[in-house]
Amino acid sequence: MNEREMELGPDQIRHVAKLSRLELDPGKVSEYSRQLGLILKHIAKLNELDVDGVEPMAHPLPLTNRLADDIPSAPMPVEDLLMNAPEVEGAYLAVPKVLDEGGA
Amino acid sequence: MNQVPGCRQVRDEVMSGRTTCAHVAKNAIDIIRTVDESLGCYHEVFDTEVLETAEALDRQVADGKDPGPLCGVPIAIKDNIATRSGRTTCSSRMLQEYRSPYDATVIRRLKDAGALLVGKTNCDEFAMGSSTEHCAWGPTRNPWDTDRVPGGSSGGSAAAVAAGTCSGALGSDTGGSIRQPASFCGCVGLKPTYGRVSRFGLVAFGSSLDQVGPFARNTEDAAMLLEVISGYDPNDSTSADVVVDPFSENLDRPIENLRIGVPVQMMSDRNDPGVNARIEEAIDVYRSMGATITSVDLPLTDYGISTYYVIAPAEASSNLARYDGIRYGHRCTQQPGETLEDLYSRSRSEGFGDEVQRRIMLGTYVLSSGYYDAYYKRALQVRRLIKEEFDRAFNECDILLGPTSPMPAFGIGDDMDPLQMYLCDVYTVNTNISGHCGISLQAGFTDSGNGLLPVGLHLQAPPFQEHRLLRAARMFESATAHHEAVPENSPG
Repeated sequence: MNEREMELGPDQIRHVAKLSRLELDPGKVSEYSRQLGLILKHIAKLNELDVDGVEPMAHPLPLTNRLADDIPSAPMPVEDLLMNAPEVEGAYLAVPKVLDEGGA
Repeated sequence: MNQVPGCRQVRDEVMSGRTTCAHVAKNAIDIIRTVDESLGCYHEVFDTEVLETAEALDRQVADGKDPGPLCGVPIAIKDNIATRSGRTTCSSRMLQEYRSPYDATVIRRLKDAGALLVGKTNCDEFAMGSSTEHCAWGPTRNPWDTDRVPGGSSGGSAAAVAAGTCSGALGSDTGGSIRQPASFCGCVGLKPTYGRVSRFGLVAFGSSLDQVGPFARNTEDAAMLLEVISGYDPNDSTSADVVVDPFSENLDRPIENLRIGVPVQMMSDRNDPGVNARIEEAIDVYRSMGATITSVDLPLTDYGISTYYVIAPAEASSNLARYDGIRYGHRCTQQPGETLEDLYSRSRSEGFGDEVQRRIMLGTYVLSSGYYDAYYKRALQVRRLIKEEFDRAFNECDILLGPTSPMPAFGIGDDMDPLQMYLCDVYTVNTNISGHCGISLQAGFTDSGNGLLPVGLHLQAPPFQEHRLLRAARMFESATAHHEAVPENSPG
């Protein structure tokens, strides 16, 4: 990947923001573009290394699945789980309407 | 200046009846009240609760019981560790009102050991930063020079310990966030081996890099704290089922024939000259104690920052996807006709600060379709190469030694580009990438031209060799008096 491809232009910034579910202040797009461009340029240093055949290392520990015994434990009370919810109706989280009238 | 005594001293004085937990607690709260207005270490101080807990502990001691190895010891907690008491904000507007319904495992362990949790400390938002300036409610100041930063991201915990407002503290270290602030503030900060300490209840940033660890004023106290918080936890499947050595025992026994490797990459002439001078002196100290000093070449560590700033933002972008304004955290005010997606995006942009949004975007980009192999996969491959380079080095050396940070504490508000800020972590990120353990020790001072600033000595040891790390650290401490220095100009 060459350096030009590593740049993040304003359109790409807006696209990445959308993927990130962020609503960017339009006035900040060019600043983010410049800053992320500098960081990616530094990251491009990784291309100097030959990594052919190297197994990616996602984690420092050799992990295997641990299975717990299938014994129910005391669940956290619903009130505790809801105490941080921005909006609650009864014992449920309230969200804006997702489906149109008559839809689904 | 009045200081809360260290962990060992408090415990000994309480158990021998020379003082009471209640007295220790009142003293700590008085000191916090005196100094914290100008330092800004704490988000919240648990005054009432601390006194109640202290009195309950005193009753147990009076009944002849031993409430635990940290009986009456005041400990401060970084505000990205979940506590049932007070709020857990991560210094973010996103979690401004968040109250954890449970205690992190490390908190439960501290409580079970009789510790007094004095309050929650400031940090860079979601632990992303190296200065404790990227915070929703203002920066923390360095007790050695209040115009300077305490380092970060666990700057509140480091400054709280250095200023003597508590005996010890917990922080978290993803790329240096315990060791670099310990270096800037002149105290001890230890990043345990990945998996040594449970992450259950630590707000996730980079899940394959994060570890909780202690701050203290000396290595013995750090060992006492580490001993309490370490160990397997069924609630964290990445915690390691490895025996927890009694870290605080045999600390004073020097390691015979200690082989120390000094990576040439860490003794760069771009470092602050005072930093290099203090590290050279530290090398002389070890040499005079019989250690063998060898220069080692770790060329791949030069790729650490590039590797880290792919992996950490990638993991962060995924971990922080949970903040969507639905179940907890900030939710924006909705306008008629707005979709659920609008709610997610605006809640997130209102709740997260600039640095967090920058890292989420960087992480999203390197994971996105078409770029994943070029960035993320390649970084994971380099990660393995770096880890293998450390494995080889640790075959030849018992300990690696160098500076914690290339420079001492910089000024609050210094105009730094994000990349410049990231480069501050150049000597610490590799420990997290590889997963082994490291410690920063106070090694003396460098002249800033406007007063003296602490310099941190960075020691690293192989995975699960914390006892070796602490014993090597204790050797330096026993031969020098650097750790006894107290910030005299600090307010109060």
